[in-house]
Amino acid sequence: MDLLTIVLILDSAVRLATPLLFACLAGLFSERSGIFDIGLEGKMLGAAFAAGAAAALTGSAWLGLLVAILVSVLLALIHGFASITQRGNQIVSGVAINFLAAGLTALLGQAWFHQGGRTPQLLGDARFKSLTLPGAEAVAGVPVLGPLYSELISGHNLLVYVAAAAVPLTWWVVYRTRFGLRLRAVGENPAAVDTAGISVAWLRYRAVIVCGVLCGLAGSYLAIAQSAGFIVNMTAGKGFIALAALIFSKWRPWQALGACFLFGLLDAVAIRLQGVSVPGIGEVPVQLMQALPYILTVVLLAGFIGRAIPPRAGGVPYVKER
Amino acid sequence: MSAPFAKLPAWADYGLIPLINVTAAFLVSGLVVAFIGENPIEAVRLLVWGALGFGEGIGFTLFYATNFIFTGLAVAVAFHAGLFNIGGEGQAYVGGLGVALAALALDRVAPWWLTFPLAIAGAIAFGAAWAFIPAWLQARRGSHIVITTIMFNFIAASLMVYLLVEYFSPPGSMAPETRTFAAGGALPKLGGLFEHLGLDIGGAPANISLFAALAACVFVYFLIWRTRLGYEIRATGFNPVAAVYAGISPVRITVITMLVSGALAGMMALNPIMGDQQRLQLEFVGGAGFVGIAVALMGRSHPAGVILAAVLFGMLYQGGAELAFEKPKISRDMIVVIQALVILFAGALEHMFRPAISRAFAALSGSQQQAVADAGEGG
Repeated sequence: MDLLTIVLILDSAVRLATPLLFACLAGLFSERSGIFDIGLEGKMLGAAFAAGAAAALTGSAWLGLLVAILVSVLLALIHGFASITQRGNQIVSGVAINFLAAGLTALLGQAWFHQGGRTPQLLGDARFKSLTLPGAEAVAGVPVLGPLYSELISGHNLLVYVAAAAVPLTWWVVYRTRFGLRLRAVGENPAAVDTAGISVAWLRYRAVIVCGVLCGLAGSYLAIAQSAGFIVNMTAGKGFIALAALIFSKWRPWQALGACFLFGLLDAVAIRLQGVSVPGIGEVPVQLMQALPYILTVVLLAGFIGRAIPPRAGGVPYVKER
Repeated sequence: MSAPFAKLPAWADYGLIPLINVTAAFLVSGLVVAFIGENPIEAVRLLVWGALGFGEGIGFTLFYATNFIFTGLAVAVAFHAGLFNIGGEGQAYVGGLGVALAALALDRVAPWWLTFPLAIAGAIAFGAAWAFIPAWLQARRGSHIVITTIMFNFIAASLMVYLLVEYFSPPGSMAPETRTFAAGGALPKLGGLFEHLGLDIGGAPANISLFAALAACVFVYFLIWRTRLGYEIRATGFNPVAAVYAGISPVRITVITMLVSGALAGMMALNPIMGDQQRLQLEFVGGAGFVGIAVALMGRSHPAGVILAAVLFGMLYQGGAELAFEKPKISRDMIVVIQALVILFAGALEHMFRPAISRAFAALSGSQQQAVADAGEGG
């Protein structure tokens, strides 16, 4: 394998890791506040459809992104209403969100666009296009660093860079702001936060709204940046891989970046290795590579490689003492 | 009076509130239909006609209902122990492996009634085995069963693709499926039985695994409400801490309950594999494992409720197909929307209408007591 092949695999890993990273950070905000969210998949899917449909109708990627975020936040608020206000089962609510998105996107896609659930092919400004960073072409000829900069770092669309920036931003919000401190506290001990005179419900609602915004970015990336339109069940389990990455990172932002990149890399390598015989091992089944993120997460959850301890108040509705 | 949350009579708790929740889910579904520009009442008429209006429709409704009874029971049994088994989809998928192995071994040498018990045993063994690992991890290692069962659904999907492509597809065939079973691997259809009742179900694949599903309902009823183990399962579900003080081992209950749950999900595979297609195909489960969640929530985890809810979802699946044929705008994805809304209203929002209903009952019983008091003074 030469350098260019490695760079191309890493480049493809970056593209595949971006939606995972958005969704994983989304889950981080929600779960750190004590609201379990297995509905990341549904919010991403709903956002992807909204982005594809709105961008197709208006011809603007930015309006597509805006509508995607609105739809995703709406789904997040349904989850919030069920889990915070109604104190319902958060897992059941998440399952409902996933099916609601799966059903509605396919149903409305067929009813509106008559293309078997797809949205029309996007052209021109209806998509986020690849950006060439300054100097990328000039340094392309430089050995090693040239291809690294011009292929791997430059040449992605805007949302990839937004995702990269979201990691330090999330770290700063969660660990260096008042909101972040309260967010972490409400996920561990909501009664203490309540005693301090801070509304548990309002904090948690803000957390699920942030979660909705980030899932909106994840879905937009799939439909109007990586691809040129929405297709049925476009997320194909990415929301659950993001959930796995969240557990893998033990609910921390930098580690989330690492986990998402690892799972993106596995995906990229799996595509690359299809039908290729690896020296010494033979042909690695593609299915094994695809299942690896899930297997790794189960092994981690079992506590065989470190221990993943979720926020203590996660999944438990808060009942104010009367 | 400070407590308007009067205890509701049992019929309101187990009948009225679930009915109101499910009605709310269907009303919102009607709004969705109206939103895409079709008439909801017309849609319901077409759907009910498609499901029950003619013999073949009824046959298909029962065929789908058979799947959902199995997966609904699987989720319901786990609910009783306070466990949420989202892995029914994967357990049914792997259960199909047990069914297919039994059928492939015996179909050319034995009659169906010899293959059937072995296939049941295979479905139970493989479904339960796939549920065992998440159960053991939850019980012993404290990993969350919801997450592990979700992960196991995906692992099952990858595993089955691998096995079907590499080992089960017959030589010279590119299709990822087993060979078609001979007569010994096919279950009798219910067509003959219904002819005695004067009903022609045509080519509908309803088959005798429906009776296996009904037997499973009876089994679950006796297990949960009439045995010592069932008592321990329910006690753990109500209050795990108290159950430990009563000498009930949470490890044992978690593992046993999940084994039963996985076995029931695995048995679902009998219906499509031996009853309909006579071969093991990719993705034959087709979401039935997830429908089981809605069925169990709607049926309040009781076998009788599960049967009712399974028949209703069977009607939705069959009637939905006819509806999609008549009204192409309402594709079969509408069923997934209805399923989602049932899970939302009957599950996550199950207590939304309770305060209002409790107040109504409190007001009613209050005025009745007043009337009784007045009558007493008058006499």
